[in-house]
Amino acid sequence: MMSVLLLAEVTDGELSLDATAKAVTAAAKLGDVTALCCGASAAAAGEAAARIAGVKKVLVAEDASLGHRLAESTAALIVSLADDYSHIVAPATTDAKNVLPRVAALLDVMVISDASGVVDADTYERPIYAGNAIQTVKSRDAKKVISFRTSTFEPAGEQAAAPVETISAVANPGLSEWVEDKVAASDRPELTSAGIVVSGGRGVGSQEDFALIEKLADKLGAAVGASRAAVDSGYAPNDWQVGQTGKVVAPNLYVAVGISGAIQHLAGMKDSKIIVAINKDEEAPIFQVADYGLVADLFTAVPELTEKL
Amino acid sequence: MKVLVPVKRVIDYNVKVRVKADGSGVDLANVKMSMNPFDEIAVEEAIRLKEAGKAEEVIAVSIGVKQAQETLRTALAMGADRAILVVAAEDVHTDIEPLAVAKILAKIVEEEQPGLVLCGKQAIDNDMNATGQMLSALLGWSQATFASKLEVEGDHALVTREVDGGLQTIKVKTPTIVTVDLRLNEPRYASLPNIMKAKKKPLDEKTAADYGVDVTPRLDITVTSEPAARAAGVIVGSVDELVAKLKEAGAV
Ligand SMILES: Cc1cc2nc3c(=O)[nH]c(=O)nc-3n(C[C@H](O)[C@H](O)[C@H](O)COP(=O)(O)OP(=O)(O)OC[C@H]3O[C@@H](n4cnc5c(N)ncnc54)[C@H](O)[C@@H]3O)c2cc1C
Ligand SMILES: Nc1ncnc2c1ncn2[C@@H]1O[C@H](COP(=O)(O)O)[C@@H](O)[C@H]1O
Repeated sequence: MMSVLLLAEVTDGELSLDATAKAVTAAAKLGDVTALCCGASAAAAGEAAARIAGVKKVLVAEDASLGHRLAESTAALIVSLADDYSHIVAPATTDAKNVLPRVAALLDVMVISDASGVVDADTYERPIYAGNAIQTVKSRDAKKVISFRTSTFEPAGEQAAAPVETISAVANPGLSEWVEDKVAASDRPELTSAGIVVSGGRGVGSQEDFALIEKLADKLGAAVGASRAAVDSGYAPNDWQVGQTGKVVAPNLYVAVGISGAIQHLAGMKDSKIIVAINKDEEAPIFQVADYGLVADLFTAVPELTEKL
Repeated sequence: MKVLVPVKRVIDYNVKVRVKADGSGVDLANVKMSMNPFDEIAVEEAIRLKEAGKAEEVIAVSIGVKQAQETLRTALAMGADRAILVVAAEDVHTDIEPLAVAKILAKIVEEEQPGLVLCGKQAIDNDMNATGQMLSALLGWSQATFASKLEVEGDHALVTREVDGGLQTIKVKTPTIVTVDLRLNEPRYASLPNIMKAKKKPLDEKTAADYGVDVTPRLDITVTSEPAARAAGVIVGSVDELVAKLKEAGAV
């Protein structure tokens, strides 16, 4: 049986259950899963990870140097544990994408980024060219380092708690320090785990008018997303960007408003179950992937939709 | 301080890629190729550091087929001072993996001793998002990925990073590796006189063997396929019809 070390997604001491449980689903296909929870505080996250079905054991490492998951110290910790595992994996979050390639290089192996499918212990599928092609790769490396694209795996369920073991951090390489986080608090569901996402694009026209998108989202209990153009123009914060270089989402319902449908945007949402597009240009490429398209001015259609739902 | 900027030649971001029918890959013959968009941002940032008096020299490096020379000429036309081409493949369809690229870059770093390496966050062809982090690991340097703001001050840099939860600022010791995100800057276009001047700037040609790096892939690509297509949808005539359809489909 293969053994898998899974870097759990821990932010400020709290486990991101959805992302971690989705990666557990992928990892459990490979072998026994040990979840590593690390941070300045990680014990509570460890307790939560122990209850994800498929996790055989949890390792908790708490140390100030692991706070904010700085890449150098987190990678050093993972590498110190690597001997015991055939696979080192994580959900493909920005934190894991920061850390895993560093781990892989320290182990002299390639990283398999954003895997969307597990064929066997050596073989994985991953999207390339903004999802316009799917590549199957077979690794020749003795150890595999893999991040799993969360939008393609269902979250693992619950179980009675697996054993939790506390381990110590390794010496802090002292290369970087955390300064500050700018995180907007929100009561809305998280973009990558929401069942419904409403996204606005450049067509929305201003930060003030983005309230139209937010109102529709709130009516639907949805998360809010944005195109790159909307983020670049300052209508929406960076962490709302959906796409090749933003977040990848696959909700039950995705509503694209005033978004043209560039391939880089489609890369982040075209696996959604139902896609609705509202755009005043009937030629907009977004209509080619939409299940339901409405050719209309968003400034009249969106308030009407919000009211009638 | 020298700044090293690795730039990759990739399919232009506007081109619709075509998967070859035999599953052997994506067709790159006679397709428009450009500099990876993130690398344009990295070159721009390096030039701005030079203009601000914080960098003395900007060196662009590309690893791949010899046609990557054009990508380097673009970097030179934007304002890089000199370039290094490392020929590591003959066929335009051969992609050199991030680990091998990082190993070659690590050798170049040893030779050139830059204070900063500015990579793109990800190459838009293989979507790996790995090279900068790997290079940093091989050198034992600090790393700051997905940068939307960069301030270099003496022996450290302050970097604001675009992360899943919002923005994070970290302070890294220099020398360091920074990978750049979309909102760091807006790259300039090369002017015609600068394109002419770039033809005279030095461009060194090397091979992977010169650096003693084995570029044999660790990941064998067994098949490349088209993603599943979506079934055709419908255009609805009104908001009422849209609401009815969504209710019918159980989506709301
Ligand atoms: C390296 C790279 C990475 C990228 N990564 C991403 C990414 O991750 N995510 C992403 O989204 N993009 C990304 N892009 C950008 C992408 O190429 C497009 O530029 C972007 O998605 C366009 O955003 P948009 O559709 O909002 O704007 P536009 O293309 O300008 O479209 C605006 C749309 O709004 C419609 N509209 C205008 N007014 C109204 C109105 N009153 N009512 C209804 N409709 C209206 C217009 O008809 C138009 O279709 C990337 C680009 C590059 C080069
Ligand atoms: N063959 C290459 N030549 C030069 N730079 C490269 C090459 N491959 C990757 N890079 C650099 O590494 C970044 C990330 O690429 P990747 O890890 O492949 O997604 C790119 O934006 C470039 O800055």
